[in-house]
Amino acid sequence: MTTFAQTLARSNFLAQKRRSAFYLLVALAILTLFTREVKPEHMATLGLNTTRSVQWVKLPDLVVPVLPTVWVLATIVLVLALWDLLRPFRRGGWLLGIASFSFLAAFLVWAARGTSFSLIGILSASLQLATPILLGALAAILCERSAVINIAVEGMMLSAAFTSVFVANATGSIGLGFLAALVTGAILAAWHAVLSIQFKVNQIISGTVINIFATGLTNFLNQRIMQEYTQFNNEVTLPYLSQLVPDLGKIPIVGPLLFDQTPIVWLGLILLVVIQVMLFHTRWGLRTRAVGEHPRAADTLGINVFRVRYTNVILGGVVAGLGGAYFTLGSVGRFDKLMTSGRGFIAMAAMIFGNWTPTGAFASSLIFGFADALQVKLQILIGQVNIPYEFLLMLPYLVTMIALAGVVGRVQMPAADGQPYEKQ
Amino acid sequence: MQIADTDRPMWRWQGALGVLALPALSLFSALVLSSIFILGSDVVVLTALRNGLSDPGRALFAVGKALADAYGSLFIGIFGDPARISKEVSEFLATGDTQGLTVAFYPFAENFVTATPYIFAGLAVALGFQCGLFNIGAEGQIYVGAAAAAFVGYSLEGLPWIVHAPLTFLAGALAGAFWAGIAGFLKATRGAHEVINTMMLNYVAFNLVHYLLNGPMKRGGASGAIPISRNIVESAYLPTLFPEPIRFHAGFLVALLVAVLVWWFLFKSTLGFEIRSVGANPHAARCAGISIARNFVLAMALSGALAAMAGAGEVMGVNHNLAEGFSPGYGFDSIALAMLGGGHPLGVVLAALLFGTLRNGATKMQSLAAIPIDIVAIVQAFVIMFVAAPIIIRRLYRLKAEVRWQAILTRGWGG
Repeated sequence: MTTFAQTLARSNFLAQKRRSAFYLLVALAILTLFTREVKPEHMATLGLNTTRSVQWVKLPDLVVPVLPTVWVLATIVLVLALWDLLRPFRRGGWLLGIASFSFLAAFLVWAARGTSFSLIGILSASLQLATPILLGALAAILCERSAVINIAVEGMMLSAAFTSVFVANATGSIGLGFLAALVTGAILAAWHAVLSIQFKVNQIISGTVINIFATGLTNFLNQRIMQEYTQFNNEVTLPYLSQLVPDLGKIPIVGPLLFDQTPIVWLGLILLVVIQVMLFHTRWGLRTRAVGEHPRAADTLGINVFRVRYTNVILGGVVAGLGGAYFTLGSVGRFDKLMTSGRGFIAMAAMIFGNWTPTGAFASSLIFGFADALQVKLQILIGQVNIPYEFLLMLPYLVTMIALAGVVGRVQMPAADGQPYEKQ
Repeated sequence: MQIADTDRPMWRWQGALGVLALPALSLFSALVLSSIFILGSDVVVLTALRNGLSDPGRALFAVGKALADAYGSLFIGIFGDPARISKEVSEFLATGDTQGLTVAFYPFAENFVTATPYIFAGLAVALGFQCGLFNIGAEGQIYVGAAAAAFVGYSLEGLPWIVHAPLTFLAGALAGAFWAGIAGFLKATRGAHEVINTMMLNYVAFNLVHYLLNGPMKRGGASGAIPISRNIVESAYLPTLFPEPIRFHAGFLVALLVAVLVWWFLFKSTLGFEIRSVGANPHAARCAGISIARNFVLAMALSGALAAMAGAGEVMGVNHNLAEGFSPGYGFDSIALAMLGGGHPLGVVLAALLFGTLRNGATKMQSLAAIPIDIVAIVQAFVIMFVAAPIIIRRLYRLKAEVRWQAILTRGWGG
């Protein structure tokens, strides 16, 4: 027994050291990467105004000296890493948050050296691009908290994106299009539920079935309907909040950040709060988590395991459908082949990264959203950054892999995740 | 988790027919279901059906014509135009001229050209299954392998064929082994799920190839819409075995040979036994002193090497260069293919021939009957579903005997 305990203690110690070493590396990376080609007199100008709408107050731009800022940010991470080495923090979540914030802030300041850059633009784009990832992650959390793995979020979002545009154009009603997205998500989720709960098919394979089906069907119908009869693929978008209430968009910082957005961003934020509260503070949430951790015990206490799982998977499908509507009604307004481009899988990673909690998933989807926004916005600064843009495009996927590898600490998934339940 | 319905070896008395019943019925049902999508998206059929009550004869005719068009063009795509073939054969018998003959048999030979990458990629996914790993990154591995093969193929000059061709092929395989090995290593050491990681590596690979083709590997003076690399040197070609325009090349024979090797490796060698033990029951394997981590890495690397061979084979046998988007999704299709083949090399070869035939025929479906080639993906989704949930097929066709099929194993996120 003692040897076992010792091994355990040692492995924990090593894991701890690995985490500290990782953050030391982050600090070092900030120092080496973001001081390249910087002259001492370089300043970075970060814009706080938007060109989209006229604001009540025009704020002065934020002008910071590049080198000192990078040094300060690196020092913060360095101090935290050393602290972690000597007196390990019990929970690493906020440590990761501060480290990634410092890294990204240093990067931004470095990229904007000697020139100006719209900070508000990139932050508002981050929130916008984080939304489908957040919704996908929330969908997956709903499923996985009841122990049904759902890698079909990608397929559900893609199909919902298709039907929303098609129905909105066919009926002439954007509301019906929106509804169609939710229904599509629910139908595919019900299919996943029947396969994985009723027929006890391996849940990853069942999810793959839906992903392949969704890819095939949307490509098929896109070519056969959308390209033949283009009237079904006209641009339909939900109005921005600032278009509905123009005064909201005029508030400095908050206006462009929160109100120059599609309503789906807001729905995402509301769902985030609702699901977080429901999951941890209501009877439904307790039952869901019980089914996810120990279905047999839950069954013994009279909870209908199958019903809880069906409900949660289908609810998850509705949320994924909303995420799909983001791509069309909430963004470009048209359907395009494979337009979700793997965001559903990034959502999986955000869920795992966020330790199967809505708030954690939100934090990580913001990071992914920021990485996405960078690719768009950095095209302007491409000469400053001198990295081929393909490598920037790889970034979210590499971040996902690093996150999954658990360098940042262990994640705790629902104990029964992925296991079909057999009633005795 | 196991998807076999029973462990009783029913096939002993059911014979080959019993083993084939599930995949055959799955494929049949998938084709029937897919027909619904063909009909449901056909405007002529839909309008005829709307008037179906008043004019049932016409509705029925429209349905029949749509299906006949679809499957007729599929048939022509697979076997070639029968009239053309009989004409050219009689001409060949009269004059001894093979020129017309090659044109007439071109569609049929294409089946094997398309089946070649499917065999490699299907073997890759099947080998993963045997170790309980779900490699959905074959598509990315194909591109990485093709990029490495193309690079070795065009940058080395003056080597004899006997050295250069195998070297090129091997370079591709090694690149794929490394690429998938990353996912295997992360799974073995950190428990990171290979489904997500291989998927992520796909996107990284696509971007990498895009970068290579627009940067270091860009063909000088190329101005086409699709980025393309330089052509490989002729000494790195896989030879074609028939006169132009037939593209059938030695890669098909190599694929068959590799399939035999994979079968021998999995079922006759110690390493293969270890891999299968880890796949069947990791806990028991660990108790028997088999390293799970080592086998995860080994199986993933081998799987990646096999998938990359598909890419290398396309570069060396068909395209002779690396072009963006040269694979129409061989890697993704191979998932369904490996499942249909029951994760066994022989099954994979048969399923690959089937898929090659289907995809080849579907291209004609697209050009003759205007049915998008993506119908193949819809068929595949249903095939995977029926193979993974044999209970549906059993109930649908009221099969009395239990259908035994290869257990396919994957685990949850934890690993």
